[in-house]
Amino acid sequence: MKYGWLWLLALFVTAAAVFSPGASFAWPESSSFFTPQGPIAQAEKDHFLQTAAITMIAVLPVLLLVPLILWRYRYGNRKASYRPKWEFSGPLDLLMWGVPIAIVAILSVELWQETVSLDPYRPLPSEKAPLEIQVVGLDWKWLFIYPEQGIASVGEMGFPADRPVKLSLTSDTVMQSFMIGALAGQIYVMPGMQTQLQLMADAPGLFEGENTQFNGAGFPMQRFRAVAQTDEGFANWVAEVKAQGVPLDPQTYGKLAVSSTPAEVHRTLASPQMPADAVWFSPVAPDLFERVLRRYHQGSALEPGGQPGSFLHDPDTLSQSLPETTQ
Amino acid sequence: MSKHDTIHPGLNLGEHHGAAHDKAEIGAFGFWIFLMSDLIIFGLMFALYVTMQNPMGQAGGPGPKELFDLTSALIQTMLLLVSSLSFGLASLALRHHRSRAELTFWLALTLLLGLAFLSFEARDFAAMFAADAGPSRSGFLSAFFGLVPLHGLHVASGCLWLLIMLIQIRTLGLSDLVKSRLLKLGLFWHFLDIVWIGIFSIVYLGGLA
Amino acid sequence: MSGTSSLHWLIGRLDLSSLPILPALANPTPSEIVAAVAALMVILGGLGVAVLITWRGWWTSLWRDWLTSTDHKRIGIMYIVLALVMMVRGVLEGVVMRAQQAAGLDGGFLSDGHFAELFSTHGTIMIFFVAMPFIAGLINYVMPLQIGARDVSFPMLNQVSLALTAIGAALVMISLVLGKFSTGGWPAYPPYTGIAFNPGEGPDYWIWSVAIAGLGSTLSGLNFVVTIFKERAPGMKLFDMPLFTWTVLCTAIIMVFAMPPLTVATLTLALDRYLDFHFYTNDLGGNMMNYVNLFWLFGHPEVYLLILPAFGIFSEVISTFSGKCLYGYKSLVYATMVISVLSFTVWLHHFFTMGQSAHVNAAFGVASMFIAVPTGVKVYDWMATMFRGRIRLTVPMIYATGFLTLFVIGGLTGVMLANPTISYQVHNTLFLVAHFHNVIIPGVLFGLLAGYHYWFPKAFGFRLNERWGAISALFWITGFAFTFFPLYVLGLMGMPRRSASYVDPSFEPLTWVAMFGAALIFCALATLLIQLRVSIRDRAQTQVPLGDPWDGRTLEWSIPSPPPEYNFAIVPRVVGRDAFAEAKERGQGYPKPAGYEDIEMPRNTMLGMVVLIGGTALGLALVWYIWWLAVLSLVVMIGAFIAKSFVPEPHRIIPATEVAAAHEAWLAAIAKASPVTRAQETSAENRGLAALEMPEGAA
Repeated sequence: MKYGWLWLLALFVTAAAVFSPGASFAWPESSSFFTPQGPIAQAEKDHFLQTAAITMIAVLPVLLLVPLILWRYRYGNRKASYRPKWEFSGPLDLLMWGVPIAIVAILSVELWQETVSLDPYRPLPSEKAPLEIQVVGLDWKWLFIYPEQGIASVGEMGFPADRPVKLSLTSDTVMQSFMIGALAGQIYVMPGMQTQLQLMADAPGLFEGENTQFNGAGFPMQRFRAVAQTDEGFANWVAEVKAQGVPLDPQTYGKLAVSSTPAEVHRTLASPQMPADAVWFSPVAPDLFERVLRRYHQGSALEPGGQPGSFLHDPDTLSQSLPETTQ
Repeated sequence: MSKHDTIHPGLNLGEHHGAAHDKAEIGAFGFWIFLMSDLIIFGLMFALYVTMQNPMGQAGGPGPKELFDLTSALIQTMLLLVSSLSFGLASLALRHHRSRAELTFWLALTLLLGLAFLSFEARDFAAMFAADAGPSRSGFLSAFFGLVPLHGLHVASGCLWLLIMLIQIRTLGLSDLVKSRLLKLGLFWHFLDIVWIGIFSIVYLGGLA
Repeated sequence: MSGTSSLHWLIGRLDLSSLPILPALANPTPSEIVAAVAALMVILGGLGVAVLITWRGWWTSLWRDWLTSTDHKRIGIMYIVLALVMMVRGVLEGVVMRAQQAAGLDGGFLSDGHFAELFSTHGTIMIFFVAMPFIAGLINYVMPLQIGARDVSFPMLNQVSLALTAIGAALVMISLVLGKFSTGGWPAYPPYTGIAFNPGEGPDYWIWSVAIAGLGSTLSGLNFVVTIFKERAPGMKLFDMPLFTWTVLCTAIIMVFAMPPLTVATLTLALDRYLDFHFYTNDLGGNMMNYVNLFWLFGHPEVYLLILPAFGIFSEVISTFSGKCLYGYKSLVYATMVISVLSFTVWLHHFFTMGQSAHVNAAFGVASMFIAVPTGVKVYDWMATMFRGRIRLTVPMIYATGFLTLFVIGGLTGVMLANPTISYQVHNTLFLVAHFHNVIIPGVLFGLLAGYHYWFPKAFGFRLNERWGAISALFWITGFAFTFFPLYVLGLMGMPRRSASYVDPSFEPLTWVAMFGAALIFCALATLLIQLRVSIRDRAQTQVPLGDPWDGRTLEWSIPSPPPEYNFAIVPRVVGRDAFAEAKERGQGYPKPAGYEDIEMPRNTMLGMVVLIGGTALGLALVWYIWWLAVLSLVVMIGAFIAKSFVPEPHRIIPATEVAAAHEAWLAAIAKASPVTRAQETSAENRGLAALEMPEGAA
């Protein structure tokens, strides 16, 4: 009782801590689903806010009533009633179980529908055919392969706005998690396995992409620019990559796969015409994505040098250990 | 109650046996819980095995059909089943106050059968290693060598326990303590039998089906 | 690596470069200096304690009364001491990490590897070596007293469990001095922690510390389950048990069934690393997804294993300090059971983003969300317990109300995270970090601290200082809010967890707010330690030898403080719930026994110490590839168990006269003492005898 006022002060400070950072904050436009730039992220944000609002029905009474009860039924208040033997009330119990069950039931229906409709494997509804991009997670950068265009890029993912993008992803090292928050949620990438992610940007713009699964020293640097462009702009970008790109053959892939940040890759492989922190490749060894996937299913142990990210990794061994092309 | 009323703790004790009964019951209950916990470990190793028994898990290496010797597995099954029977006979000997020699005989027989099981199993493993099918060959074989030898390790510790009990029957006599330990050892031994039935069905029969 | 060294057979892969102090001398970067200081703190701390014990001549007493004791109360206290020591390290690591991120825009002062070690040890320590031993300690101390038992069912096993937990903690501490700990986070996902990517000793330290401590927890769980089922005082039905004991039962069952997946996960990872197995490797058919499933098959029930006893503590604290019986006892019990069962069905929500089908995700999402129902019911039950009570805002109650208000926010974000669609966005970000700290700090830690303040007078016979306790509690509450609410926002902004640095300047202000919060938490820890010091100094004014300082409701308050070794001079006969409160109301709180009997208690044993030393040696031998030592320590431990089994039941008898003398003296002191009302609860007059206070007009 003696310290009751301190408790109230703490409550006040706590409330301030809850509400001040969010309110006073300038959101970065490019990296969060709270500033969504595409239909998926928009739906995820809406779902987030909706869930929060509905759950508040159960939470708010606690936040309001706990201080009230504490004050009203403090030991010193002899005016308040005191019922030490009161232990059950049927209607109250019904309310206590019923309201949370009802809330969770409503939220569950929402959850089911949203999970199915925002499934990262589900093609986005659009008249336009999706652009296919293959993504290989390496230490500590993402390699984007454009199979139709025959180009590839590190540090920069160009794509047309207002057209679905279908990503097929794998890893050629440890597990990672691919995310462009402003466009869609994340998905894990794992060696020898393929996952998928669909996304779309409403309008041209620059978005932050990242890896969210810790994978060693360069982890915070594993970022890239996702560049949504007009159809024309994308065509120009592809043409430029084709013109400026260095060939991505097994030897180059071996060098690329060395544990290094995008900036380091840029220093070793890029030509001056390429934008900062990015490397462009053209032409790209056919089936490179499938070959990276198949490396782990050859029925024999991977040579220690052939494993990017491992301590024994050696670019030459890796380039030799890429399986033969299927063509 | 005199000590001699304690025939076989947990099997035929009642309230009237007092403290000895209570203690045996608490111990046996604890041991059951241990077995349930252990069963989870086996269950998960089975789950790992099942998820890896496919072409991807085999990684181009040999699979069940190339590796498993059903005859040997059947012999092992029989050895273990008979050892469970002989342990059961040991329990009966204990329960019905038969001679200590009879009890010792059945326990020793159980031990021998357990050792025979282990030697057959070891022979199978040796053959697999010789055929370059050790755990390093594939995920499937890792799961196999994570599961089946784990059972073997349990049997080996059961054998060690049997040996210790044979000694303790001589040094400590058929005290309440020794009897309740024999009861727990019996639970353990039959439990291993059941796990083996799982291994025989899922690993051997399932693999060769 | 000294692979070719001639000493390799003797010291494995240990060499001089394993000592962190040497690299710090050769290359004094801030990161190396922090590591060296930490190592020195461990060495000097250990030496300091040894010197203190020698100087005070405590070795004999330490050995006889504590290290070889099988008394559940002493084992419980040792668990909590272990937890507090490890908590100091865990909190310091948290503060250093907050500092690193506050400075992280330009890279900060720690190397990436060092930061990774910090978040890995912080998580491992806080879960396995703070929360788990703290809980095991409180359970050990309180549960047998609440059910009217003389000890747990298997006292020797209890001692071995403590030893196994201590081995894990010792290995984590030794990793500061010898070599490095893992950088793979507390779940240690392969393939990153596989031999190909991390051939060093780090993941091995993680594996053996967690595997060995996990085994200890399994055995503890077994012991608690059997104790609750078999050792209850006559007349105590399951539905008469205090709520804390109920939560302990559920937690213990979870321990028995949820620790095995951890054992399997760690040992299969060890097989991959040591014997070239391929459970989780990239090549040859390994499948890392199996590990992820196994780990969370343990990891999720673990969360409830931690929080259920805390719920139990809050139930006791709120009921006692509101001067009321619990509202909705049966609701609370059923809610606890529902939570325990559901806790095994939701593990997949830790990896909604692994690429499985939407329907699988949705099913696990719905299951996860439903856990909010029984949890919410509990919160409402506690509020109804306070309703129309006579609430005293003592330190445990400050923690309890802080818990109620903060925990529901964690519940809110938990419901959000149960949605796969939302998880896609905030998984692996600081939002997730904020969420689980929001349930674990206000939920588990506040519960444990409330329990620590609540039962401390029972264990030591004097109360803790109220003023310092309140200050510490308020530091915890505000520190928590300032540290973790900004992390929610940072997570929504897209900042991944485990980032040593970042490039987006908009993250910076909030990392400073969080850093300020971490400083408050540091003050909370410091004031907690000051409180202990002050309380010991002033203990003459806070003696409560009569045993009931809080007007308690359950059996542990019906005996002297500290309780005698055998707990109850006469095993009580229990009728109904809140047995002690009911008896006090009838004026039969302190009945005079008709007669006394000899009491049989277990003897001391060295087995735990053999396991502690042997197991630590085994762990170190495995980490450093010292094979001879591994074999030797294993043989010694197994040999000790076998040898022990040849010694018939080790018991000693406490004669009835001795029991009678102590108990009669205590009853006489009670007869002489004058009971105090709750208004005098925190004053020196409170010597542990409570006056009956009934509602006006009802008495």
